Amino acid sequence: MSDPDIINTLAGLAPDSRLAQIRDRRPVTRENAQASFRALFEPAEPGTVALQERFAIASFVAGLHAQDDLAAFYTARLLRAAPEAFVVALSAEADRGRTGGPYGAYPNGPLTVEDVLGPIYQVAETNRSVLGGRLSAAFAHGHMLVFHPRDASPASLQALRDAGWSKTDIVTLSQLVAFLAFQIRAIAGLRALAVADA
Amino acid sequence: MTECVLTHPENHEPTEFTLAMLDWLPWLAPPADDALTERQRTSLVDPARSKSAYFRLLASDPDILEARTRTDKDIFYNTVSGLPRAERELAAAATSRHNGCIYCASVHARHAVTYSKRVGDVQRLLDVGVQADLGERWNAIVAAAVALTATPVAFGTSHVAQLRAVGLDDAEIVDVINAAAFFNWANRLMLSLGEPCVTPAH
Repeated sequence: MSDPDIINTLAGLAPDSRLAQIRDRRPVTRENAQASFRALFEPAEPGTVALQERFAIASFVAGLHAQDDLAAFYTARLLRAAPEAFVVALSAEADRGRTGGPYGAYPNGPLTVEDVLGPIYQVAETNRSVLGGRLSAAFAHGHMLVFHPRDASPASLQALRDAGWSKTDIVTLSQLVAFLAFQIRAIAGLRALAVADA
Repeated sequence: MTECVLTHPENHEPTEFTLAMLDWLPWLAPPADDALTERQRTSLVDPARSKSAYFRLLASDPDILEARTRTDKDIFYNTVSGLPRAERELAAAATSRHNGCIYCASVHARHAVTYSKRVGDVQRLLDVGVQADLGERWNAIVAAAVALTATPVAFGTSHVAQLRAVGLDDAEIVDVINAAAFFNWANRLMLSLGEPCVTPAH
């Protein structure tokens, strides 16, 4: 495939740079990080998780990580048909949701002393009407996965089921948010290494 | 009603980080082993994984599972060059400890012990947490993994300098980055699709 490597592109690594060459020594890692991106964002069969939903969630998750250029990258992939109000609501929610992680609670016991409290996020009522109930439920779940995944429970998945996410949809959504947690960190790490090399 | 969310009120979740083997109970019913499609089966990469509820559930979306699995295996098992396996596992265990994934931490703490033989240090990472003093080199790797695990990401040039000061070259630093980044993927799936349980045999 000749399409550009997404992690290199977003980390600002030229294909012939020293760090890109270091990545090239692990072609299986590099190619499968790229294949993961394709499976989630250029799927052969999108099934019942629409591409528009995938890009909106990705933009939101990148925004929660304060990765503005990555958020812009995913926002740009929203279909042209996305109304202005949708993009505004999406961006406003990413701003509202920003906090610091990881936080969350442990099962009652010796680790309870390590519990860290943090916000439980829901989409604001005004934006919920623009984004819709299904996407708003995905944003709430995505926020939990990004900042406090140890708070996950069967009730978290039930909330998605109630908002119309099937079992397979939930697996895809979970992979999408979790993959972004990887992609964002791989990019941030390479950027820091490139700065240290400069 | 195969799509109902599953609960396990009878399960006693482990309440401490441990080197012991744990099991895992899904919150969504995975396809049965004999109900997997050929595509789902190949997406497991390792056929033995069809015995695992976790991997069968992820096989519901086979394309991302296969790419995820091949990424995972290469980051950790490809030791032709780069960081020793023990220290990749250390980065995975520290990431899991910081995110609070008791299941992942147990698996990768055991691997870290297997490859490093430093059971006392690994146990201290589990017991005390990511601020445990494990010696200069391991401290630098744990600090890097923790900074990469923070949201927003806190990893910066000071972490790179600290890793270089303990002898890591850039290829080895990329291995630390990949190991910690990958466990931010793995922890989120393991924590949010089911819960750990103590294996009945113990």
